[in-house]
Amino acid sequence: MFSGPIAGAIEYAGRATNVPRRIGCGLGRIGGLAQGLIVPASLLMAWSVWARLGWLPEQILPPPSEVFGAMRDTIDDGTLLSSTLTSLRRVAEGFFAGAVFGLAFGFVTGASRLAESLFAPLFLTLSQVPTLGWIPILVLFVGIDELLKILVIGWAAFIPVALNTAQGVRDVPRTYLELGRVLSLSRLSTLRSIILPSAVPSIFTGLREGLANSWQTLVAVELIASFEGLGYLMAYGRQLFQLELVLVAMIVVGLIGLSIHLLLSLIESHLQRWNPRGQS
Amino acid sequence: MTSSVMDVRNELVRAPDRKLAVAPSTPRLRPLIVPIILLALWEIAAHTGLADPRFLPTLEAIAVRGVKEFAEDGLTSDLTASLARDLLGFVVGASVGVALGLALGFSRLLERLLSPLLLAHRQIALFAWVPLISMWFGGGEAGKLVFIALAAFQPALTNTWQGVAGIPKIYRELSRVLTYDGWDFAVVIALPGALPGIFTGLHAALIYAWTSTVGAELLLDIAPGIGGRMNEGQHLFHIDLLFLCVFLLGLIGMVFNLIAGAAERRLLRWRRS
Repeated sequence: MFSGPIAGAIEYAGRATNVPRRIGCGLGRIGGLAQGLIVPASLLMAWSVWARLGWLPEQILPPPSEVFGAMRDTIDDGTLLSSTLTSLRRVAEGFFAGAVFGLAFGFVTGASRLAESLFAPLFLTLSQVPTLGWIPILVLFVGIDELLKILVIGWAAFIPVALNTAQGVRDVPRTYLELGRVLSLSRLSTLRSIILPSAVPSIFTGLREGLANSWQTLVAVELIASFEGLGYLMAYGRQLFQLELVLVAMIVVGLIGLSIHLLLSLIESHLQRWNPRGQS
Repeated sequence: MTSSVMDVRNELVRAPDRKLAVAPSTPRLRPLIVPIILLALWEIAAHTGLADPRFLPTLEAIAVRGVKEFAEDGLTSDLTASLARDLLGFVVGASVGVALGLALGFSRLLERLLSPLLLAHRQIALFAWVPLISMWFGGGEAGKLVFIALAAFQPALTNTWQGVAGIPKIYRELSRVLTYDGWDFAVVIALPGALPGIFTGLHAALIYAWTSTVGAELLLDIAPGIGGRMNEGQHLFHIDLLFLCVFLLGLIGMVFNLIAGAAERRLLRWRRS
């Protein structure tokens, strides 16, 4: 991590987004799973019973049947799929851009003390501004089209990727680097066979946090300024007081969040297998 | 270098919160070089007309706007409104989060019952709650507060829970050997053991709350607050106001980070020794 108290703080803030491993494990146990279903199942039951008895106004919570109906309708007319694809494309583009620049920036500031002292403080200062706070200015500069979304989502991904990459590169054990020098490895082979493998866990942490940030930011930016996508679907449903549409979009947002989480856990456990030191 | 010197050096470099962590050879002013160059370029571009002043006002113009805003009590009341909203939401959300996190950490049953629900809740991006919250609680003050509290709740809960769960098994066994009851265990072992996790959670909650304050002010009904002024700046094309607001947002974020970091170090000092 970058040096200085702010960096420490950012590190904490970033780390906090990690799901405790224990939750993931707890879910794996079948017995725990059955117990875990008690509360959601009773909530669902209470919801449908109350709705049937007419105790819940539809503006507060439409009955489950209506939510499923809205889901079927939006699937049938294609809006749900096209909104989802639009949102996924935006996240992919923004995350990719942010990750590429973040990796480059992280590598340079992690490897070079000079680069770190020149650029890291400025970067850390800028990263203190909540990402959404840039939107009003950016709207004036680039309008509300795709570029706005890519910039905001990209910046959200850039911060954790750059921080963690720099940390990973900086924390390469000195003895490994000395070994490389003893073996008179070229710069390229040092990078490929020493720095990169050693920094991978940290880089991966950065990418994971970056993707999570991108997804969070996507929803926000689509609520603020867009005419398609899941965030827009929600804003639209809210304007028309169609709460079932809002809930459908929330369910899809949750499912995608869950898939991202599971996919990353899978990749991570795969990566950890060959890395004897394990995730930091 | 001998290995012991290397060790000391590594130790210093690792410690993220020490001044020494900046390499001793780094000239103190070097971090200022790039910002100064950028600001100088900005001034030159703004003064020579290279950049459209509607988009890039001179730095003096922003400063003048700032002085005027604060002198005429424009931004002062907005700043107070935002901070009050932020801190109230933070206190509510973080206390519920810490309390629930402790409960989950202590009770296996509660953990089994609630963890799938909480895991599902985690997956839904925070801002996806905004439309629902605004329909349930309105877009006014209540809706904003609920959203900010929700933002603070999640990291406080997760880290507290993790903190209690991370208490070494030996300590738990020790408490059984000493025949501690639940209360003694909680006060003597669990709380001190979970403290670092709780602080991490509170720190993150502070940052999340601030981010969501900005988000709530931009997304929900316009009300006094920095976000409301940014909406105004965007619609009236007052870019000096926007730059000023971004500067304030960053400044407050930084102050929160510094305060939380200092508090953490001070309160956890006993762990170092």
